Amino acid sequence: MTDQACIIGIGQTDYCRKPGSGMTQLGIQLKAASAAIADAGLKGKDIDGIMPFPNLGNAEGFAANLGCENLRYASIIHMGGAAPVASLQAAAAAVNTGMAKYVLIPAGWNGYSGARVKQTVSQDTASLPGGAIARDFYLPFGLTVPPQWYSLIARRHMHEFGTTAEQLGCIALAMRKHAQLNENAVMCGKQMTIEDYLASPMLADPYRIFDCCIETDGAAAVVVTTLERARDLDRKPVIIMGAAAGQPYPADEITNREDIFKTGLTIAAPEAFASAGVTPADADFAMIYDCFTFEVLQQIEEAGFCKRGEGGAFVEDGRIELGGDLPINTHGGLLSEAHVLGMNHIVEATLQLRGEAGERQVADAEIGVVTGWGDFGDGSIAILRN
Amino acid sequence: MSESNVSETNYSLPLPELSGLHKEFYDHCKNQALHFQRCDECETFRHVPREMCAKCGSWNWSWVPSSGRGRIFTWTVVERPMHAAFVDACPYAPVVIEMEEGVRLLSEVSDVAPGDLEIDMQVAIHYDDVTDEVTLPKFKRA
Repeated sequence: MTDQACIIGIGQTDYCRKPGSGMTQLGIQLKAASAAIADAGLKGKDIDGIMPFPNLGNAEGFAANLGCENLRYASIIHMGGAAPVASLQAAAAAVNTGMAKYVLIPAGWNGYSGARVKQTVSQDTASLPGGAIARDFYLPFGLTVPPQWYSLIARRHMHEFGTTAEQLGCIALAMRKHAQLNENAVMCGKQMTIEDYLASPMLADPYRIFDCCIETDGAAAVVVTTLERARDLDRKPVIIMGAAAGQPYPADEITNREDIFKTGLTIAAPEAFASAGVTPADADFAMIYDCFTFEVLQQIEEAGFCKRGEGGAFVEDGRIELGGDLPINTHGGLLSEAHVLGMNHIVEATLQLRGEAGERQVADAEIGVVTGWGDFGDGSIAILRN
Repeated sequence: MSESNVSETNYSLPLPELSGLHKEFYDHCKNQALHFQRCDECETFRHVPREMCAKCGSWNWSWVPSSGRGRIFTWTVVERPMHAAFVDACPYAPVVIEMEEGVRLLSEVSDVAPGDLEIDMQVAIHYDDVTDEVTLPKFKRA
């Protein structure tokens, strides 16, 4: 796929909590999708591939509203929050092989005004990764939602490597600081200090409230095509240099992994960097799926930005803030911009590589990394350049 | 009405569905004898129950009694409920136990307060008949 496919259009809605988007789950995604199609300089009828987010929509519904009367390719990658970036990989393959010309990847929901996490993932075992395993072996003991699953891994990391709460706090603070430069970030205007972080109540120890992503309403979308087709469009293409996805083992059960820190990204990252022909050190920034603070630290390690066990030191001293060695989540991420299922990470990476990130622009950004994380540790990664 | 019936009526937390291999696992618990599947060919223990051995591909396996002993591998402390049934249970600690057989099991350590848990703490099985049908495998400090 190297250097043949690109992101040619991006779109996003306003991100909010109260009073809610006022739109349906499909409606809010259509708004982002329409913006992405228009941004690419295309019409709905040009879109002949659609990859919806798992459980949040179907291609038929998007196509019927957007006027995609020539739909040829429709598929869903079932990797939870790793799906958008994994879909970039699949969309690149689809356009490169001629299965589709222009693939739309939408994602979004009313994560605040609609059903909240504690009403969905914990109540509907069919929606849980692992399904019957979680129902029969986790739920009876009260392990019900993602912050609880992942905090098991976070505690083990703290035990083995001495990772501290203050280091997790550095991640929360960096995202919050970046959100101050982004008017669409839900946490714009709400500063946070390390004292605020440490004083925030425990949710699932070692995760405090401020270790957790925010629940918001919002949608984002991108359009993928070949570099050759992009030359006929006005928009500056952002090139997909390499992308890969992977699963932990076993993917359906989180406690019985021989290596508890090995996730899908551990497998995917070397493949993506090799196919892109660059190394983590070449990245000017990274958009890391930040469902919780520790998952950022873990992905920094497993993607190869540092060695396993060194993530705690890596995030200290402003190294992941704008102006640091590797700015991470310059939009504020899921922790402080909005939880748009990681699609907002792809949009932000694209803005950075177009040089359209405004106040939060990474100077001379040429290569960026974006990751996804979902279910019990599914992983995805794309290396992008301008 | 017997005491166990009263207990069943009052038990409000989610229960495992008793079907297939999961039922077989919980049936052993009901008999006060924790068992894990072990491959007949390569003798690898496994949990959760699986149809075949992922190590060697064998379909032949047996339920083998566990020593019931293990040590704490990791845990979380749920301080804010994220499930309606567990509102009154907070704070509580789902604990991952690494058993002597090598498999890990999510459970609880009933006699240790969440704040006193430690990685590698030795624990041993006890059985909690939460309803007439379901017995949950739980642990106490060994």
